Amino acid sequence: MTTMTMGAGDPRGPKPKRMTASRIGVYAFLIISALFFLTPLWVMLVTSFKTMDEVRQGFLFNWPANFTFDPWIKAWDTACTGRYCDGLKPGFWNSVKITLLSVPVSIVVAMINGYALSFWRYKGSELLFSVLVFGAFVPYQVVIYPLIIGMSKVGLFATLPGIVIVHTIFGMPILTLLYRNYFAALPSELFKAGRVDGAGFWGIFFRIMLPMSVPVSIVAVILQTTGIWNDFLFGLVFAGRENMPMTVQLNNIVQTTTGIREYNVNMAATILTAAVPLVVYFVSGKWFVRGIAAGAVKG
Amino acid sequence: MATSVSIRDLSLNFGAVKVLEKLNIEVEQGEFIVLLGPSGCGKSTLLNCIAGLLDVSDGQIFISGKNVTWDEPKDRGIGMVFQSYALYPQMTVERNLSFGLRVARMPSAEVDARVKRASEILQIEPLLKRRPVELAGGQRQRVAIGRALVRDVDVFLFDEPLSNLDAKLRSDLRVEIKRLHQRLKNTMIYVTHDQVEAMTLADRIAIMRDGVIQQLADPHTIYNKPDNLFVAGFIGSPSMNFVKGTLKGSDFTVAGSTLSLAGYGFKAPASGEAILGIRPEHIAIHDDARKMPIALETEIEIVEPMGADTVAWGKIGGQQVSLRTSADVTIKPGDRVLMGFDPARGSVFDAASGQRL
Amino acid sequence: MTEVALAAQAQPRRRRRRGSLQAILATTPMIIAAVGVFVICILFSIFWSMTNSKLFPNFNFIGLTQYQRLWGTDRWIVSVQNVLVFGSISLIVGLVFGYLLAVFMDQRIRQEDLFRSIFLYPFAMSLVVTGLVWQWMYDPNLGIQSAVRSLGWTGFTFAPLIHESTALYGVIVGGVWNGVGVTMAILLAGLRGVDGEIWKAAKVDGIPTWRTYLFIALPMMRGAIATAFVLQLTGVVRVFDIVVAMTGGGPGFSTQVPALYVIQHLTDRVNVGQGMAAATMMLAPVMLLIVLRGLFVMRAESRAKRGAK
Repeated sequence: MTTMTMGAGDPRGPKPKRMTASRIGVYAFLIISALFFLTPLWVMLVTSFKTMDEVRQGFLFNWPANFTFDPWIKAWDTACTGRYCDGLKPGFWNSVKITLLSVPVSIVVAMINGYALSFWRYKGSELLFSVLVFGAFVPYQVVIYPLIIGMSKVGLFATLPGIVIVHTIFGMPILTLLYRNYFAALPSELFKAGRVDGAGFWGIFFRIMLPMSVPVSIVAVILQTTGIWNDFLFGLVFAGRENMPMTVQLNNIVQTTTGIREYNVNMAATILTAAVPLVVYFVSGKWFVRGIAAGAVKG
Repeated sequence: MATSVSIRDLSLNFGAVKVLEKLNIEVEQGEFIVLLGPSGCGKSTLLNCIAGLLDVSDGQIFISGKNVTWDEPKDRGIGMVFQSYALYPQMTVERNLSFGLRVARMPSAEVDARVKRASEILQIEPLLKRRPVELAGGQRQRVAIGRALVRDVDVFLFDEPLSNLDAKLRSDLRVEIKRLHQRLKNTMIYVTHDQVEAMTLADRIAIMRDGVIQQLADPHTIYNKPDNLFVAGFIGSPSMNFVKGTLKGSDFTVAGSTLSLAGYGFKAPASGEAILGIRPEHIAIHDDARKMPIALETEIEIVEPMGADTVAWGKIGGQQVSLRTSADVTIKPGDRVLMGFDPARGSVFDAASGQRL
Repeated sequence: MTEVALAAQAQPRRRRRRGSLQAILATTPMIIAAVGVFVICILFSIFWSMTNSKLFPNFNFIGLTQYQRLWGTDRWIVSVQNVLVFGSISLIVGLVFGYLLAVFMDQRIRQEDLFRSIFLYPFAMSLVVTGLVWQWMYDPNLGIQSAVRSLGWTGFTFAPLIHESTALYGVIVGGVWNGVGVTMAILLAGLRGVDGEIWKAAKVDGIPTWRTYLFIALPMMRGAIATAFVLQLTGVVRVFDIVVAMTGGGPGFSTQVPALYVIQHLTDRVNVGQGMAAATMMLAPVMLLIVLRGLFVMRAESRAKRGAK
């Protein structure tokens, strides 16, 4: 029936997989890129375990010859910023306080905003929302100074409640957008069913919407925890000496001009500051990416 | 006739999952083959293997006498049309048609000639300067066919090309594909889950299930002489009636009464548990039933007027059967009517294996 | 904005007086933030930019004098130039490198999750941390330069932060290191969102892979590109932390940026009026973005109308 020849060595079955030049190129590019991204982390780590004598020899990439934890202890406990020599720990605890308070407050406020904007529109609510979206793109410097004046008028400037309020305000645009989009994507029958059952604003919120907003809230928590922990500008401006967050203190320790610069201590301090968001990142995995993408989606 | 596409012992596994198992199909030059089956039966996978979009696990594929098992899709002499049209959205229709040719550095006079010919055949000349977003669904699918046409290939592959269209457009375009095939006389391999498309278009239909071809035959054979219960039940609407009973020689016993299947062409003498299949339109009623070798009385339970004809539901041996009759015949629920059929037009299957007896 | 308008149309406005009242009460924080901060504070900034406020804000109106002074100040001009250079190079490098990474990640590679984690982790760290690490790596005496020299290549120079002409590029590398992973992640999601049959069609058409990525997939990813672009752009306009941590604006003014200029005038330089003038100027790119977006939406709407008929 067929006129075709079937010689030995005829192609049969899967195409033989060869490590072609292009495959090697793909991995070469990715591995070289990975090295670019990993080098700073490596340098931070090895430097932080070296003695200053070894750091001064200049072998930036080498594994520490005399492994020491002293820089870490010093960074945490006794490193100096100007006259104060308490290490990073006050900054760490300040950041913990600021983050623990700001994350829930900002999220609860934004959740209610998003809920109201999705289901309980009132006259002017869309305009307010537009202003808020605009706020997401406003450079902070444009509003900082009047905000300082306003907050000092009511006695909130350089206080813990003050910095919490600031984080709530500046987290509001993105988070409200996040929740609004999430609620708007829910089937509106849910809301209508709640109305038919006689539930009001808060009834529907607590009994229907709140339990359904767990996934988006995970994203919001990740977004806010890393964002607030990593904040520098607001901490610098609004927190005051008493509540100075870790990032500001880190910068002060490293940039302090008195005495010799202890690079190993600086790097230990840097890793300590980066540790919390890094843990959040590695624990949350793909949620983290979702959070970024969600934060960038516009209305 | 020369063989156009030849699939030999083709298997495909994803890990431990067997998607296609030892398939063999010989497609002749100019033949229109339809791969038909429920979703997940492997029909699209098979088409992707033929196109070279999936690497096979075992076996060989020949196209126009050439072993293309390891060839790139573009070197296989195929054109392909997709369900989602897969038009390049930022390019005009003209660019969509010519992009592949230009990339292959074909002289532009030749490119223009081919685009002109394809757009004439498909009557899309007025659309050449538009972009896909500005086209309706049917127009998009014509452009997609055009993109296969300009490649001037021996074999056309269609992957559910009409599934995204509404019913009216679907039947229009179906006719057009048939016309196209008659005009071009290319080999066409067409994947669908729509039995009407399969019956109307195909020279031969391959009915697939779980990666295995259940029957490969012309539409008439598929419809009238299904190889097994699956094929019998899959083709036809309303579907074939199945009556369970016991077979002894040519006597089929159901609920105490015995029907003689003497006129049925058994492949081999058989007995045991069996299933008798009769198409609804092969059951006659009233006077016509008297002329049939088998006639029995039943009470009509439900009547469904379809416009062109009427489907009524009665019983054989306590088992529900539907029958299809002319819309002119007056029939109403509760009527006791005589219904009859010719066993020669029925199908008998082994109850255990499901195979035709 | 269009989406909002459509949603408003879909839900006919009904009288929900009690609910509305509760909604207004519940969103009081939003009303205060939106109006108080993003409207009134901006208006105050603009107002004070037209006064001669020094340490404390005053209401001595002096017209546009602060702006004349601003645009006559080298430090500001350099800041603007720097942010333009920083912005355009960061955006281009970020998008190109980010897309390259995404494309290479899309090649059915092993260990995709590992590579993704590696490319993305810098973004989890603050820009202060980023700035300090790179400052240390760039250290002329103990950083990369000396490490490479100790390998025997004694002529090697790589200490961008000590020269005025190169310092900005040093900052850019740090910024790209921090943020390009995000661009990669967004663009990779965009690539994965392109209809699978398009790739098949391109393969059957014999279009080389690189052309498919460049001429077919990329134009289909407008949403992902816009997202990545806006995310980067807001970062560029706000660029502050990394500069403070890495160079403090130096050497000279070579890494001065507008955000830093504002803060310096509010603190060390005690010149609120001048700082507010600079801050007001920082609004310009945002306004430009809004106008461009408005035009884009209008064009899309008119196109949709044409398509409909």
